[in-house]
Amino acid sequence: MALLEIENLSVTFGALRAVDGLDLSIDEGEVLGIVGESGSGKSVTMLAVMGLIGFPGIVKANAVRFNGAELMHLDRRARRNMTGKDIAMIFQEPMTSLNPCFTVGFQITETLKVHEGGSRSARRARALELLAQVGIPDPERRLNSFPHQLSGGMNQRVMIAMAISCRPQLLIADEPTTALDVTIQAQILQLLLGLQREYGMALVLITHDMGVVAETAQRVSVMYAGQLVEERAAAELFASPSHPYTHALLGALPERGRDRARLPTIPGVVPGLYDRPPGCLFNPRCTSARPDCAERVPPLETTHQGRVRCFYPLQASKTGV
Amino acid sequence: MLRFVLTRLGILIPTFIGVTLLTFAMIRLIPGDPVELLVGERGLDPVRHAQLRAEMGLDRPLLEQYWHYISGVFQGDLGKSIVTKQPVVEEFFTLFPATVELSVCAMLFAVALGIPAGILAAARRGSVFDHSVMGAALTGYSMPIFWWGLLLIILFSGILGWTPVSGRISLLYFFEPVTGFMLIDSWLSGEPGAFTSAVRHLILPTVVLGTIPLAVIARQTRSAMLEVLHEDYVRTARAKGLAPLRVIGLHALRNALIPVITVIGLQVGVLFSGAVLTETIFSWPGIGKWIIDSIHRRDYPSVQGGILLIATTVIIVNLLVDLLYGLINPRIRHQR
Amino acid sequence: MSETAQRLAELELAQAPPHPLREFWNYFSQNRGAVVGLAFVVLVLTVALFAGVIAPHEPNEQYRDHFLVPPVWEDGGSWEFILGTDAVGRDIFSRILYGARYSLVIGFIVVALSLTVGIALGLLAAFFRGTFEALVMRAMDIMLSMPSLLLAVVIVAILGPGLFNAMLAIAVTYLPHLVRLTRAAAITELSKDYVVASKVSGAGMPRLMVITVLPNCLAPLIVQATLSFSNAILDAAALGFLGLGAQPPTPEWGTMLAEAREFVLRAWWVVTFPGVAILLTVLALNLFGDGLRDALDPKLKR
Repeated sequence: MALLEIENLSVTFGALRAVDGLDLSIDEGEVLGIVGESGSGKSVTMLAVMGLIGFPGIVKANAVRFNGAELMHLDRRARRNMTGKDIAMIFQEPMTSLNPCFTVGFQITETLKVHEGGSRSARRARALELLAQVGIPDPERRLNSFPHQLSGGMNQRVMIAMAISCRPQLLIADEPTTALDVTIQAQILQLLLGLQREYGMALVLITHDMGVVAETAQRVSVMYAGQLVEERAAAELFASPSHPYTHALLGALPERGRDRARLPTIPGVVPGLYDRPPGCLFNPRCTSARPDCAERVPPLETTHQGRVRCFYPLQASKTGV
Repeated sequence: MLRFVLTRLGILIPTFIGVTLLTFAMIRLIPGDPVELLVGERGLDPVRHAQLRAEMGLDRPLLEQYWHYISGVFQGDLGKSIVTKQPVVEEFFTLFPATVELSVCAMLFAVALGIPAGILAAARRGSVFDHSVMGAALTGYSMPIFWWGLLLIILFSGILGWTPVSGRISLLYFFEPVTGFMLIDSWLSGEPGAFTSAVRHLILPTVVLGTIPLAVIARQTRSAMLEVLHEDYVRTARAKGLAPLRVIGLHALRNALIPVITVIGLQVGVLFSGAVLTETIFSWPGIGKWIIDSIHRRDYPSVQGGILLIATTVIIVNLLVDLLYGLINPRIRHQR
Repeated sequence: MSETAQRLAELELAQAPPHPLREFWNYFSQNRGAVVGLAFVVLVLTVALFAGVIAPHEPNEQYRDHFLVPPVWEDGGSWEFILGTDAVGRDIFSRILYGARYSLVIGFIVVALSLTVGIALGLLAAFFRGTFEALVMRAMDIMLSMPSLLLAVVIVAILGPGLFNAMLAIAVTYLPHLVRLTRAAAITELSKDYVVASKVSGAGMPRLMVITVLPNCLAPLIVQATLSFSNAILDAAALGFLGLGAQPPTPEWGTMLAEAREFVLRAWWVVTFPGVAILLTVLALNLFGDGLRDALDPKLKR
């Protein structure tokens, strides 16, 4: 059963369409990877689910259902009671995502206090347990530390502890390892996957790193310029991508380009406010674009394997990279 | 933290020495004969002139004169007023409480109104409230306060007759000063109506002197809040499902206060500048009016000593603000 | 692939972002307050230039039969003296028009003086780190430990009262901020690659200072200059009010207020109008300065 269902979600900031008619669903206990370049709208989508898009952003959707409840119709208070408790989120920059003026302990117990109440000592005990669970040594002492006294990896562990403190059903991790050292990245990913299994929660992993997705996700959604361009089971997507953009992203993985003299790149950047092309949004950068790609907008087609937004999807045989 | 304090002290001492150099040089830079300037008489006869010159050590080399001056300063000897023949230090500390009382009230007024106004304006960015607060703040910031004071006198003293025009308390009351702070002294005196009279005398000068700090604090609070509201940790706080009041009033405000405290500290100098004007308008017997009167009376020893003491006060207050800044900002507190 | 690149280039040409100056004006003109401020400043400038033509009376002419005449809309007022007359029978309206000249000249001279010296000291401090820098910065610290008006008062006490000395004194009190600002901006720029590139290609010290680094430090300095302009008008008026700036009978706004002080409860118009002139001029300049800062500050553009 679907835990979260999003139908036709759009987020606009003035003239800029950050997310453009997006459909997405996540099952209970599933690990979904959302990939795309910077500016493709993957973070904004999840911030909208969290209800964290503020002025001047405008969120519109036919439906955003969580556990069968329509989030768009909930009043702010009811929505807040859900945020941080049933749906939690961790962010890219652990060093700036924690409040520099408060201790780690204060920030963890605050979440518990707001959502679960309980006695002061019970909250403290739970915070200690959480810190130990996310692999922070000497949690007793760390409780009284300020974020600037900890490393980036440690701070991200604190963020994770905070996010899972109320045992959420859905955890959204927005580029959780991007700002960290390579050695720490794998540890944090393992920690997240371990916790996901232990708590039986669904995990959305937002990343621009195809490598990370390959190791973790069961299903992958590829976003480009605010739109979903391809969605498939992870194994199939990696074996035979249908959308030229997915193909190009995979081609840019160092492992896959090993035999070549130069690592392939995708020319140009994601269109911004001033340079949105007509027709398919990817057509100016697409190597297999044909003239009509610049004239008509391709719809998102459902195939037996998943969904793809392209007039001329790549065939399995063509993708022997 | 200890290192932080020591660095601050390390900057403070050369600054203080610099200020003494400045006040020392002042008397010698004024066109005219220093002996005559310091005695306050013109056309002294040559014998008396030479005698005084030797007495004040003005015939010795500059370096020795400075040494003489600064050792006097450290013993609390800043010379005598030409007009009253009283030691400058004594005069200063007789008048100082009046200025402190006025400045503290003005600052409390500015902080008590400015911080909430700034927070509300930031929280409702773009609203009518925001625009009016910022409009009022910019007007206050552009205000020639000496004129503002006169305008308030016309309205509240002239037309409405609610407040007195000048002084610290009605002439009906007389009692010996205990603390030098009129609010406290009038309370202690136990005379009926004395305290009310002191308060009524204090209102207009407080508003006038507090206007610019109020405007600056409101603007700074708003902009610091707006900046902080974009920070990642505020997003985290919202992602935790905290109520907006808690996000703004605790997570954002605690961080926004750091720059606001700095600005409040910088306003201390502004307050002294304003005190000169406010005290002149309201005939408030404080340091500001005293300095200006001393300049007009060519009482240079008083000017010299007064400037040194005021600058020292500002330096000390700035140090205290720096320490407070260290206390409120954990990132500085933990530096070693 | 080359076809793709070409198409990209075409797209870029067709939908290029607007020209920087045009973008600046777009941001600036969005701020209604800033535009109103600019318009008022232009008005004051016009009035100052043509005061001799517009003013109905000579600023210092005393009409012996018309002491303390109230403004035209009050009982006893007349169209001859629109804003009334002062205690010696001078036309307040004409004096205010002529006063605009003084205020603008004060602003210009103070800003020019303090900018020139401040930028020079700041750049030198940024380029010659070490003893020279420490000396300059300590001197600025000392000046900052004095309340600015008091420092100006002391300088005037040394030099003697008068408009020019007042301007000089005010210019000195603005130095610390400008020196600090220039030095900080220059030091940030100095660590950037384009400066290194310029050094490597053999640019000499003066060229590096004035042509390479300075233009990139200008944005905050321009904003500071506008704000100094308005502060200079306020401070000069304050000194005039204390009897240390322009001397009577100069129709300088602060001096007019000083002369009018004793009539505060008898003839409100003598006190009110010069102050309104100061307030509006300073407010307009500050509105303009704020708009300038917002339009120039890339941090707020997002």
